[in-house]
Amino acid sequence: MAKIELNGVRKTFDQTAILKGIDLTIEDGEFIALIGPSGCGKSTLLRIIAGLEPQSSGEVRIDGVQVDGVRPSARNLAMVFQSYALYPHLSVFDNIAVPLRMRRHSALARMPLIGRLHPERGRTERGIREDVERVAAQLELAALLKRKPGQLSGGQRQRVAVGRAIVRQPVGFLFDEPLSNLDAKLRVHMRAELAQLHRQLKATFVYVTHDQAEAMTMSSRIAVMIEGNIVQIGTPAEVYENPRDIRVAEFVGSPKINAMPGVIREDRGLEVLGRQLRLNTTAAAGRCTVCVRPERMELGPGPGAIAGIVTHLEHLGAEAFIHVKVDRIDLPLLARVSPDQQLPEIGSAIQLGFSASAVRAFDATGKRIDVTAPARSERVREKALG
Amino acid sequence: MTPRHRSIVWSFTRHSLLLCGAAFILLPFLWMISTASKPQTEIFTKSIHFIPHSFALWDNFATAFGKANLWRFLVNGVVVTVSIFLLQVLIALPAAYALAKLRFAGREVLFALVLFCILIPPQATAIPVFLLFHKLGILDSYAALIVPFTISAFGIFLMRQFFKTVPDDLIEAARMDGISEFGIVWRVMLPTAIPALTAFGIFSVVAHWNDYFWPLIVLNSEHLRTPPLGVASFRNEEAGTNYGPLMAAAIVIIAPLVVAFLLAQRRFIEGITLTGIK
Ligand SMILES: Nc1ncnc2c1ncn2[C@@H]1O[C@H](COP(=O)(O)OP(=O)(O)OP(=O)(O)O)[C@@H](O)[C@H]1O
Ligand SMILES: [Mg+2]
Repeated sequence: MAKIELNGVRKTFDQTAILKGIDLTIEDGEFIALIGPSGCGKSTLLRIIAGLEPQSSGEVRIDGVQVDGVRPSARNLAMVFQSYALYPHLSVFDNIAVPLRMRRHSALARMPLIGRLHPERGRTERGIREDVERVAAQLELAALLKRKPGQLSGGQRQRVAVGRAIVRQPVGFLFDEPLSNLDAKLRVHMRAELAQLHRQLKATFVYVTHDQAEAMTMSSRIAVMIEGNIVQIGTPAEVYENPRDIRVAEFVGSPKINAMPGVIREDRGLEVLGRQLRLNTTAAAGRCTVCVRPERMELGPGPGAIAGIVTHLEHLGAEAFIHVKVDRIDLPLLARVSPDQQLPEIGSAIQLGFSASAVRAFDATGKRIDVTAPARSERVREKALG
Repeated sequence: MTPRHRSIVWSFTRHSLLLCGAAFILLPFLWMISTASKPQTEIFTKSIHFIPHSFALWDNFATAFGKANLWRFLVNGVVVTVSIFLLQVLIALPAAYALAKLRFAGREVLFALVLFCILIPPQATAIPVFLLFHKLGILDSYAALIVPFTISAFGIFLMRQFFKTVPDDLIEAARMDGISEFGIVWRVMLPTAIPALTAFGIFSVVAHWNDYFWPLIVLNSEHLRTPPLGVASFRNEEAGTNYGPLMAAAIVIIAPLVVAFLLAQRRFIEGITLTGIK
């Protein structure tokens, strides 16, 4: 079991900074998800932890030991790749057995032909067979041990890749988008299986994904990485409810959070789209962005409500999204509504509001700013608008 | 003409053209077999006839095997071509892996040099290598036949191009599993590269089995002769104008390649299409 610490890890490829000083402590036995937009450096970070790529500066510690120059296999971490990276010429059994053979057999016993004569080989090989069969049974691969990877479905290949990772009982697991090649249904299924596996093994899991549903449902903490920086680390609820940065707010949550241009006035009052909100802030006067999640948008008229035109409806069965075009904003605002209520017609005029507690405001640089309802209105559900 | 007639006419022309081409290419072979089957008296006659009046193939084989050590030539051919191929693989695979998958300073320059080496004809380096071997005292030996060809720039190039297509993930998975870099070459890259390796093997074996130039330069001793050299010397010294046994010997030395081709025809064609070289 391992605690993984990263201190000031930087990585540059040909003068381009990809990782810009990553500090991250992953606790022993934790399931941490690393999410971020494509190209932000998630895989690079994972490969640095694995030892497949040297960092340009900074240090990686596993269980307090600095691992610079320690070979990937000696770090005792296992990695599951997006493409599964199974050995195409080996059977499922042999694929899972490779890490054990490399560890348990001496170099001599691994030699082709001559190795078979090695006295220890038979006994070690029996131990390996037991371990592989145990893992195969655990992952329901027992019937497939003789097949080649080419004869397996995507989900089965994925399980073989997991089997190859868990068979040598490493202290930590690194997953690089392991489910992204599966179809939606299988992905949900494997999500549950991996979470179950984590509970069972109690090992450290570092899980890279850009599917936030995976991150939200499986992990105990989420680290949001944007452009080579970890912008926020926290529990899934914390990251969703309390984004510290507008990029986090916009990246986490699907569909995307509604962003509206606002102004912080000299008197600390907050305005959005020219309407005054019943909210104050301590931040300096200037431009800001006011964000509200689609499920916190409320339909219906009210004082100061935002008027717009319905441009599109998305009916997803369990929920429905109304796209509302509003003056002065390019993107339509989204409101999530329960589909059992009467949905407005496309093209009809509609009014939107939101409560004070739904507002997440960010300053011009994108940093989160605190807003408070003025003292006279103590009720949290007091509407900010509408 | 109806379209159906037209297609029959077209297919008839097409096939006759192909038959002419095939006949043109196969004629020397047929002539070889025919000559090998004729007794001496029938070979030089005014009229051309393919089918011998009296069938003398076995006699000619017997004469050929009796007059020269054909078995020895064949064994020499096998020893030389197989050794060359194995050594080429032993050197080309790690080199190709490094050029395709490892990151180090000067990699592109090295690769450019390899490409450049493909352009150098072996005849250009023959004299310097000959002089070098003379200094080393290894002329007229198996080593002299094998060593110059152990580093195949073409092999390195071909395998490097193939290794480029192997996903990096597979190599990194192997590193995570604890396989060393050399281990990766033999345990991971080699098995995935079997088609490319087969193609390369075909070219290497055919080229060195049929090579006449280099063995002619470095060999003196009769017992080291490779098949083409053996047969040629047959003509000069042993058989004189006796073409029947000479052609029988020619059949013997091309037989291994023909048999290998028939057995591995599919692989052969796969290999040729893979490399895009004819
Ligand atoms: N070997 C390399 N040489 C040069 N640039 C690289 C190399 N590897 C990665 N990069 C660059 O580093 C950046 C981050 O890559 P990385 O693979 O870590 O992204 P990612 O966050 O995993 O993206 P995705 O979600 O698409 O997998 C990319 O812009 C990529 O082009
Ligand atoms: Mg990636």
